[in-house]
Amino acid sequence: MSEMSGPTARAGHAMSFEAAMERFDPVFGIEVHVELNTATKMFCGCATAFGAPPNTQVCPVCLGLPGAMPTANVEAVESAIRLGLALNCSIAASSRFARKNYFYPDLAKDYQISQYDEPINYDGHLTFELDDGTSVRVEIERAHMEEDAAKLTHVGGAAGRIHGAAYSLVDYNRAGVPLIEIVTKPVQGMGSRAPEVARAYVAALRDVVRALEISDARMDQGSIRADVNLSLRPRVDGEDAQRAVPLGKRTETKNVNSLRTIELAVRYECGRQAALLAAGRPVVQETRHFHEDTGRTTPGRSKEEAEDYRYFPEPDLLPVVPSRDWVEKLRATLPEPPAERRRRLQREWGFTDLEMRDAVRGGVLTLIEETVAAGAPPAGARKWWTGELMRAANDAGVDIAQLPVTPAHVAELEGLIAGGALTDKLARQALAGTLAGEGSPADVAQARGLAVVSDDGALVAAVDAALAANPDVARKIRGGKIAAAGAIVGAVMKATRGQADAARVRELILGRGGE
Amino acid sequence: MSAITREDVARLGALARIHLTDGELDVLAGQLTAIVDAVAVVSSAVDDSTPATSHPIPLTNVFRPDTVTASLSRAEALSSAPADQDGQFRVPQILGEEP
Repeated sequence: MSEMSGPTARAGHAMSFEAAMERFDPVFGIEVHVELNTATKMFCGCATAFGAPPNTQVCPVCLGLPGAMPTANVEAVESAIRLGLALNCSIAASSRFARKNYFYPDLAKDYQISQYDEPINYDGHLTFELDDGTSVRVEIERAHMEEDAAKLTHVGGAAGRIHGAAYSLVDYNRAGVPLIEIVTKPVQGMGSRAPEVARAYVAALRDVVRALEISDARMDQGSIRADVNLSLRPRVDGEDAQRAVPLGKRTETKNVNSLRTIELAVRYECGRQAALLAAGRPVVQETRHFHEDTGRTTPGRSKEEAEDYRYFPEPDLLPVVPSRDWVEKLRATLPEPPAERRRRLQREWGFTDLEMRDAVRGGVLTLIEETVAAGAPPAGARKWWTGELMRAANDAGVDIAQLPVTPAHVAELEGLIAGGALTDKLARQALAGTLAGEGSPADVAQARGLAVVSDDGALVAAVDAALAANPDVARKIRGGKIAAAGAIVGAVMKATRGQADAARVRELILGRGGE
Repeated sequence: MSAITREDVARLGALARIHLTDGELDVLAGQLTAIVDAVAVVSSAVDDSTPATSHPIPLTNVFRPDTVTASLSRAEALSSAPADQDGQFRVPQILGEEP
């Protein structure tokens, strides 16, 4: 390896992503945990409401008290099967739970109930498109049921980090909340597009979960969490030859909690591993944590080997044996797949690819759909949701669906514009009022006195006043300089607080100015 | 018969964050081997014609509806905690490791 020298080959410094891709072939896998939105936990009847005071949604089962017996939540099992079907998985004829043993206070039982050798869903795939329209298919190894762990808060030590923490506080409200873990098979052959593919896969999976309505699907609140496994191997020519090169040592990056972060984490880890390998140093198989602030990963604990978990069948829970009838009944409840729905909506609405991408990325497809259903033209609905309202949501730091503006409001606003009651400018003011909680756009328009002044008498008076105040301009207009009318339009709009129809004002000016 | 080695015990001890002395490793390795040997007698009672089974009861699909039931009060939940603070269980420092 001595020929690999130069600044990019120093271990400890990440190689640039581009340099790494010239010499290495990345292979990655992604584990996504989806927190279900059932009313109760996976194995007990405790509520799952987010944000409840600590340790108020706990019982003997989720606290692991002696003698407490778990029973599976049928709703969670159905959600798992529906997700499996949506991901083109085979549904196991017989599936069982297993105990995953580990010692950590986030589970009071000292084991997590998960699935090991008999997951409910296996051998699926998800097909999705990248930004440039390239279609990618990712193979799914399994999608199994398990329970979430408690939330730990580390107190003392350096800024809440575990190193030097004096003690930890445990809130078991989250312990036992149903999760589905979706595990891909190794994704290879993506080359330098690996970061983009990783991101697009999680986005597509999130869309499926949202369409199924089985989770809040909020990455920022942790209801979808991703771990990324990545390894590099030397790059060789030819696809088959490349596939024949054995996989390198992999790392698992946790704490990847936004789509953007997934892309960054894959890029960074490619560069970090490439620098090590190029310097002839080994990649250590370990768990690493991604830090949003620095864009880097740092090592966590070394990954325990699978046998350290000493999996064994959970004796307290009976096998899940889905009948064909049950599975088919669930299949009948599946929504239109998100990718197909997008193609259909784009066709129906006549959006360009770029307009469609903005709407999809902004997560406003359903809002536009509902606005159109409420009577608005698609172009108008798109304009408000991807413009004014998306900005308002970003500024307020909330999900756009949480704004006090509904699709019905936007449709009403479009109706007011189409009917000539509001100009575009006045409509913005009305919408601002609705955003401020002042009621529907029509209510705001009435309360604030927003209305297009269509009374010619009032407009004529305003035009005459403006002409009288600007005799030079009036002279120019009379002399045939129609462009000069703009100054008078501006003056009239100001005088009417923007409530005049500019086109009508211009007509009147040309009519009056000419006299 | 499968012997549990001192190394096996040391590994388990490390995973469980239990400090074991050399003397304890020897004693526990012997005791655990005796326990495993005792359980292994079961293997001699069946042959390959008996399928492995994880659940002796011929029941499947036992579920509960997704209906909220009463939780413990926080005071009840914390009543068996060795220590608590701010309504939470308080546990010792975890040595330089993250979950």
